[in-house]
Amino acid sequence: MLGMLRQLWRYRGFVTGSVKREFQVKYRSSMLGGAWAVINPLAMIVVYTVIFSQVMRTRLPGIDSAFAYSIYLCAGMLTWGLFAEIVGRSQTVFLENANLLKKISFPRLCLPVIVVTGAVLNFAIVFGLFTIFLIITGNFPGIAFLAIMPVLLIEILFAVGLGIALGVLNVFFRDVGQFFGIFLQFWFWLTPIVYPASIVPESFRSFLNLNPMSPLIGAYQQIFVNQQWPQWSSLAPVAALGLLLCGFSVNLFRKRAGEMADEL
Amino acid sequence: MGSIRVSNLGKAYKQYPTRWARLGEWFSPSGKPRHQLKWVLKDINFTVEPGEAVGIIGINGAGKSTLLKMITGTTQPTTGSVNITGRVAALLELGMGFHPDFTGRQNVYMAGQLLGMGAEEITALMPGIEAFAEIGDYMDQPVRVYSSGMQMRVAFSVATARRPDVLIVDEALSVGDAYFQHKSFDRIREFRKQGTTLLLVSHDKQAIQSICDRAILLDGGRVAKQGDPEAIMDYYNALIAQKENSMVQQTVLDSGKVQTISGTGEAEIESVAVLNDKGMPVEVVNVGERITLKIGARVHAHIPELVLGYLIKDRLGQSIYGTNTHLLGSPVKHARPGERVEYAFSFPANLGAGSYAITLALHAAPSHLLANYVWKDRAVLFEVVNIDRQHFEGVAWLPPEWESKRG
Repeated sequence: MLGMLRQLWRYRGFVTGSVKREFQVKYRSSMLGGAWAVINPLAMIVVYTVIFSQVMRTRLPGIDSAFAYSIYLCAGMLTWGLFAEIVGRSQTVFLENANLLKKISFPRLCLPVIVVTGAVLNFAIVFGLFTIFLIITGNFPGIAFLAIMPVLLIEILFAVGLGIALGVLNVFFRDVGQFFGIFLQFWFWLTPIVYPASIVPESFRSFLNLNPMSPLIGAYQQIFVNQQWPQWSSLAPVAALGLLLCGFSVNLFRKRAGEMADEL
Repeated sequence: MGSIRVSNLGKAYKQYPTRWARLGEWFSPSGKPRHQLKWVLKDINFTVEPGEAVGIIGINGAGKSTLLKMITGTTQPTTGSVNITGRVAALLELGMGFHPDFTGRQNVYMAGQLLGMGAEEITALMPGIEAFAEIGDYMDQPVRVYSSGMQMRVAFSVATARRPDVLIVDEALSVGDAYFQHKSFDRIREFRKQGTTLLLVSHDKQAIQSICDRAILLDGGRVAKQGDPEAIMDYYNALIAQKENSMVQQTVLDSGKVQTISGTGEAEIESVAVLNDKGMPVEVVNVGERITLKIGARVHAHIPELVLGYLIKDRLGQSIYGTNTHLLGSPVKHARPGERVEYAFSFPANLGAGSYAITLALHAAPSHLLANYVWKDRAVLFEVVNIDRQHFEGVAWLPPEWESKRG
């Protein structure tokens, strides 16, 4: 394990270089270049805030603020976006880099690390814009804002664990990728992101709690909408699950890495 | 520094009858294997000492690439292990991972990072890389406008920017123009002089013989033979020509060199001699002296077209001159069993001083690859000495008529 980390550290140049190149590739042949990296998420936030608060005048039950629903929506959508990007890209990362894996010897774990770094950077941009919006509209949650760091950490841990496991399995069973693409959509709508948990009928509420993403998203909503510290105890099971998944993934990866190169 | 030890190395690919079988194997509690192993390499043992150069040869599918992949670490062995000391550079797939939209310079950084270098290190090496690749302004153009040779140049320059302790080279090197091939081989030779250990896979006889101290022949996933490159190359050639009911036999001559005789035996060579212009057998020949190569062959079966070929090689095993009776225009037609055929080839020994060997082959049609009745390496040896000519260099005697003008 330690050896793996040391190897990764030696190849940090490759990781940072690859993340940088990923951004460059995306905006390379455009005239506005890197500006698109900001314009895209900005448009997304404008849609969620202006359309829902001003055009549709959607209100969150129980809170009488013009922006409450927008903030609720953003808190869930942006962080779900981070989760979906990490898991979605991790599960195809080995397949996409088959050539590299077959031909060049380098620490394989660089690839998921590149995916996570890229996703976190993307998230940082959109989240930075969201924070600016909060400050401008006077909805900045204050000291509770600090709580997002540990919540993010747990979310990333969970996403990475799940993503790598799916990535390895997807090499051997391509059905995994197909299936998970569909599953992810259901998962999104089964998590209270667009709708508040309170509208779910009482009898289904316990099922909702089985979803590891609902306490995570709930924590963000708590921070941004209610401007309060999240309930840490509700996050403990997800954190444990994340750790467990990471351990499982690294193990699976180590056991199957050799076979993986043959299968690609 | 820089040794490779391969012990008991074997590689098998798992073959599952269906995808479900793999799933079953992974998740069944009994853990009963449901796959078959397809062995592509087995029981490979060899050592490359620091500073040594070893060539690996073998026909397509012999397992060369798989072996290299396991040595470089992209594929994991099924059995056995590979131990490498020192820093390794592998020239396997040059230009792998080059991104067409980025400039040569940016791709150099990427390739360097894939080798585990840091950005500052690459920046420091950049002038040397640019100078060696010699592609001028193209360095700052996107790689998609490069020719494949140019990509090769950049890739080779990065991969060899630092002298490695162990250099592993695949046939990849045969791309690129003649100029760059020479240049890259010179760099490899230079590394060798400085102590780099070399492992070279190639079909190119010249390359193996001129650089390697030792050669390993892979056949059917096993080490068929290892030893002196020349002997192994001869054995390899015989192996290519080998057909059913054929034999390959190697004997060590008095000179310490190895003689390879192979063939299917429908015809055999009974006598070989090098004669001077008085018809006397000689072993020592003066530069430019007229000599005759006299060969007696015996036919054992009905052969529609019998061709005799000879090839003169120098002491390094490099081909100097070769021809056959098909090329010369008068093969023996309809040879009958029991018939004896005598050949005499006369030519001036326009050769440089040194020892030469003649390889003989009796075969059908233009090449010995179709039907090879007998192939005899080093059938006869002779020495060329310079008795009465001005001193000159090289293996060929090409005396010029010359003049110089002053003022």
